[in-house]
Amino acid sequence: MPLVAGEALPGERQQELRNLLIQDCGSCHGLTMRGGLGPALLPEILQGKSRDYLTTVILEGRPGTAMPGWRPLLSEDEARWMADRLLQGDLGQEGRQ
Amino acid sequence: MKRLAICLLLVLFAGSGSAAALRGSGDLGLVIERADSSIQIVETSGNTSIGRVDQLGDLSHASAVYSRDARYAYIFGRDGGLSKVDILSGELVQRKLQAGNSIGGAISQDGRLVAVSNYKPGGVKVFDAATLELVADIPATFGASQQRSKVIGLVDAPGHKFVFALWDADEIWVLDMSDPANPGITKFTGIGRNPYDALITPDGRYYIAGLFGEDGMALLDLWNMQAGVQRILPQYGKGEQKLPVYKMPHLEGWAVAGDLAFVPAVGRHEVLVINMRSWQEAGRIEVHGQPIFVMARPDGRQVWVNFALPDNDTIQVIDTQSLAVIKQLNPGKGVLHMEFEPRGEEVWLSVRDENRVEVYDTASFERVSSMPANKPSGIFFSARAHRIGL
Repeated sequence: MPLVAGEALPGERQQELRNLLIQDCGSCHGLTMRGGLGPALLPEILQGKSRDYLTTVILEGRPGTAMPGWRPLLSEDEARWMADRLLQGDLGQEGRQ
Repeated sequence: MKRLAICLLLVLFAGSGSAAALRGSGDLGLVIERADSSIQIVETSGNTSIGRVDQLGDLSHASAVYSRDARYAYIFGRDGGLSKVDILSGELVQRKLQAGNSIGGAISQDGRLVAVSNYKPGGVKVFDAATLELVADIPATFGASQQRSKVIGLVDAPGHKFVFALWDADEIWVLDMSDPANPGITKFTGIGRNPYDALITPDGRYYIAGLFGEDGMALLDLWNMQAGVQRILPQYGKGEQKLPVYKMPHLEGWAVAGDLAFVPAVGRHEVLVINMRSWQEAGRIEVHGQPIFVMARPDGRQVWVNFALPDNDTIQVIDTQSLAVIKQLNPGKGVLHMEFEPRGEEVWLSVRDENRVEVYDTASFERVSSMPANKPSGIFFSARAHRIGL
């Protein structure tokens, strides 16, 4: 088992990514990931979706839908780190209600 | 003796209480603090925060409308919560979880009905503004399988109407609530792929939906409904590669100056200028990023624009006579919303990632006030109470 992705990311960047996840992904998917214009992204809903698949969707978007590719703003490591947060339902303090 | 002293004290307290309570509400407003499930109540005469109301649920993308007496705010939360807040007393009067997931609402012409547009289950629910009792439930069903569409762009219109669009169904519906017991629905189908937001002109005549799935916009003339929905600007952007859209533009706040209207282009660094007599493109203004809100100062002389990621730290101001960008401001990261004071001498900005609300003078472009707010998003002033479509 390799290191958990994101352990290499500096803490400050992790804070920025967490903010991005909650506030900007949350604009469409809901601050608590229960969905909005975009689908819900709760761990139980993502079950069966692999980390690689989610990472690809984050980076490339989903053509034909409103989901944009975030590659201009995120590295692969960063996207993988965000996929892990979603899979683990780990949005951090701010995402909890 | 002791009892008398207590009575006197009570009288004193009651006296000071009622004196403080007597004030108008025309200079009040609210700021959504979306991460805290709270709102701040603010006043625009001295630019201060005067209170906070908590426990309002998931307020991502929350918006608000006002009762016609401008005392009560109806707040529409993402979690389907409909909250009625007394902005004079700073109290939550009532709160109802009316759906699983919702996106905004409107108040009727006579102020008696509040309608909410819902993603899940897709449709519109109409409530009694006084009691929040359900008056009408309008499922947004479409197609042979009667599936339900997410509803966006809900506005009020003259004639006790609500107008809204169906994201999944490519339809616009006009809901006539003249007789609340028998709602009338007029449907317009095939209006264009994925309407993502809509607006109504300040006179309540034209309803215009932006389309995410294709170029152009859908226009409905409510004075001539039999003419149907007309597509405008169909040639705009044809064949051009769009940029990734990190945030859906908003069409709230129709920016009108004379015969010209200003709207955000989807996936482009441009503000579109539309001639409202011909409904033809009258120009494109190159701007700093992908526009989100394009809002006119109440006198129409300036248009203020904010942007999607990664340019959401910037504001640009367009002069509506020259159609040129005359000012660029950098209030800080995450400028999410703007609200002009009723006559436009100052504008309030929510700067989400800096946890501040800033107030700028619109003539000097100087920052005149700054106040803390936790992840502020929408700002809504009570002057909206008397404006069609807001």
